[in-house]
Amino acid sequence: MRITADRIVAAPIEDVWSIVTDPERVLTYMSGVTRWEVAGDVRTGLGARYRILFRVGAAEVGGLVEVVEFESPYDFAWTSVTGLDHRGRWRLREAPGGRTRVEFRLAYVVEGAGLSGWVAERVAAPTISGHVRQTLRQLERLVAHEQQRARAARRRAAAR
Amino acid sequence: MPQTGATASTHRNGHEPAAPIDPVAPSRASLAGRAWRELTGIVGRRIPRADLDERDPDFIREQLPLFWLVSSLWFRGEVRGLGNIPDDGPVLLVGNHSGGNMIPDTMVFTVAFSTYFGVERAFYQLAHNLVLSIPGLSWLRKFGTVAASPSNARKALASGAALLVYPGGDYEVHRPSWEGNRVDFGGRKGFLRLALEQDVPIVPVVAIGGQETALFLTRGERLARLLALDRILRLKVLPISISLPWIVNIGDFGHIPLPAKITIETLPAIDLRAEFGPDPDVDDVYDHLIRLMQDALDALAAERRFPVIG
Repeated sequence: MRITADRIVAAPIEDVWSIVTDPERVLTYMSGVTRWEVAGDVRTGLGARYRILFRVGAAEVGGLVEVVEFESPYDFAWTSVTGLDHRGRWRLREAPGGRTRVEFRLAYVVEGAGLSGWVAERVAAPTISGHVRQTLRQLERLVAHEQQRARAARRRAAAR
Repeated sequence: MPQTGATASTHRNGHEPAAPIDPVAPSRASLAGRAWRELTGIVGRRIPRADLDERDPDFIREQLPLFWLVSSLWFRGEVRGLGNIPDDGPVLLVGNHSGGNMIPDTMVFTVAFSTYFGVERAFYQLAHNLVLSIPGLSWLRKFGTVAASPSNARKALASGAALLVYPGGDYEVHRPSWEGNRVDFGGRKGFLRLALEQDVPIVPVVAIGGQETALFLTRGERLARLLALDRILRLKVLPISISLPWIVNIGDFGHIPLPAKITIETLPAIDLRAEFGPDPDVDDVYDHLIRLMQDALDALAAERRFPVIG
């Protein structure tokens, strides 16, 4: 099942990119995530590995993921190595007026479990969909807040 | 670490005998005596030998969605504090046991543990001999369930796995529903000696809600003694409860649990030697652990507004 949501964010694409690719900041905007830890020596970029967990229903699901696409500043994608089979993608595109169109995708599949897997995928969908939407709302707020702070800092610097 | 006792008692299938089985007057080769030996023999043979290799991560992975569904939708499971469990290495998880023979809290916890740490992390659960000898429950062994015996527990911890034990066992799990919010191990302390011997940390796992999945009336200890179940089946109880679909359920050979909300809290790990010195007194540790778990259970009980609903 693939869950997708998008949003126009009032910030330059590079600013959004630096936020979504920073492993330390994921917990501040991604909804439902309870763990996002760097696993291994590579912190960010292609091949970086993270240990991640999402709360869905009665359990925290996730596992080890690896970054498989890192096209600065457009595409950032990871795929699961262990745990729940899934892929995640941030798709950033320039929008008119110096803004950015942000698309967040989570695709997951419950394999080998027959009927219960099919049902579980669908039962989990509303929760995951809610997390995806909430993530975008929180990202937008975070970006707007950072932009405001940057503008204020520039004003203070100019006044001095 | 010397494996005391492992060599002293090698039973037919590699683990220690359940309890000294006491044959009825061996001098008299009566019909009753022969029948007795036959019966204990049948039960003994059915107890599977502990082969840790029977645990099958791929099988667990395929079953998780079903158990996740039951755990999320039926029991509205909530497991907190799994981060308190050390990320790797052997650990002894000690839980209070609830819910009769349908053990809902074990299922909720096992799902949460397996998704949190991944099916790759070796995780075993000790279960009553009888549970493992019931035909049709052999899949439990693929889940990492092994017969409860000191040597099996030792083997699992020595292999570096996480091991879940319920010291209260059949005694605690069939306590009356009105004692649902009480931790009662019945004075069983073997697990502490095991943790000390293997030098592994203990993580208390406190669960609430299981005892609301049916109306448990009595353990039926006297009835069990009367029928000599303790000597044949290592069963000290013959519980009586009111549960679906039987209404009056004697013995509890399965029932449909009510959809009570199950909340489980994992407490910080206890390093016994760091907290109690190099040679801790088992009774002190036991009292401390019971107090700790009871406090946590009281807090969980205070959060609950209604039985079953949660």
